[in-house]
Amino acid sequence: MRALFGDLASSLVVFLERLGAMTRFAGQVVAQLPAALLRPRLVVEQVYNTGALSLVIIMTCGLFVGMVLGLQGYELLQRFGSEESLGMGAALSLLKELGPVVTALLFAGRAGTALASELGLMRATDQLSAMEVMAVDPMRRVVVPRFLGGVIAMPLLTAVFIAVALYGVQLVGVQFLGVDQGQFWSQMRGAVEFEDVREGLVKGLTFGVACSLIAVFEGYNAQPTAEGVGRATTRTVVISAVVTLVLDYILTAIML
Amino acid sequence: MRQSRTIDISTGLFVLLGMTAILFLVTQITNREFSLRTDSYRLQAQFGNIGGLKAGAPVSMAGVTIGRVESIGYDMDLFKAVVTLRIDQRYDRIPNDSDAGILTAGLLGGQYVGITPGGSEETFKDGDRVEFVQDAIVLENLISKYLFSQAREQASGEAAPATQE
Repeated sequence: MRALFGDLASSLVVFLERLGAMTRFAGQVVAQLPAALLRPRLVVEQVYNTGALSLVIIMTCGLFVGMVLGLQGYELLQRFGSEESLGMGAALSLLKELGPVVTALLFAGRAGTALASELGLMRATDQLSAMEVMAVDPMRRVVVPRFLGGVIAMPLLTAVFIAVALYGVQLVGVQFLGVDQGQFWSQMRGAVEFEDVREGLVKGLTFGVACSLIAVFEGYNAQPTAEGVGRATTRTVVISAVVTLVLDYILTAIML
Repeated sequence: MRQSRTIDISTGLFVLLGMTAILFLVTQITNREFSLRTDSYRLQAQFGNIGGLKAGAPVSMAGVTIGRVESIGYDMDLFKAVVTLRIDQRYDRIPNDSDAGILTAGLLGGQYVGITPGGSEETFKDGDRVEFVQDAIVLENLISKYLFSQAREQASGEAAPATQE
């Protein structure tokens, strides 16, 4: 019993320690943001790394998520004879929940791991220490541009994901299953407000900040061993996924 | 140098694509332009109640879509909803005493305008007004009517034996 409590207490301490370290790290990143913006070249490179390179997987997954949504939604709505509401239901669920969350999970898997393992390897091969020796601040030169790149890329990826998914819904619903096209779009337009689009993009941005921060934090603070880099990568995905889903609930509760 | 140009171009493409997607998402709501590509003419109809009719809803005759609802306005003098219908030019021989009604597709489906042809020799022209209309059926009104009539029946049923005694 005592041992169990001891374990629990020590893991709580470890958790608090990491949370505190991450908060301090976030503060450092924010402090360096203006300096990083003065060198847009580095940020553009990272937008390419995190955004443009994730585009293919985002679009493929978006298409299939949309197609499944079309199929399932049609199957369900058909029971009530209101399959014309497919467009409305799909658009709202994509904009509010599925779009930002699935994009964030894919982003953590594709871009987050790349960031974490890259930074972890830099740490393991002493590249970060070498920079410090050369009086180059690795925070400013390496970490902040990567963070910013992810933050810029996420909302755009979210929008692309939702647009492609809507095309998938339309493809299955209207082209394959024969829902009336006018009803499909007009019901969607009637029900979706600008606030819903904003909610989706705000969520995308928030998840982008969270996932990018976790990725660079884990990578930057990885143990300088092969095992440490691997663990940092795994942790990035796990923590990003959990934080994304928790944040999603909080954001929904705030914005509803 | 070559490498960095490719990166710039792909990044530009990515950002452009993302912006286009955002634009699409935003305009998809406000954009009510759903004009038929083919030639069309407009008709107007005034309804006392349009229920849940939306711009873009189909206009149908005998179940065949012949046009779309272009816009919905409110006339402050008549206190009526003014619905502008855009009818495909192919269907240009609709008798001008035809009537337009707001109907519902399915139990929970969207509402549409159904046109039933009349017997007149004259046909509708661009800008004409549909004289005979049938308002949307509001479910709450129906239910309340039914409930009130039930209540009245019950009240009179109870009152009748009381007077006999």
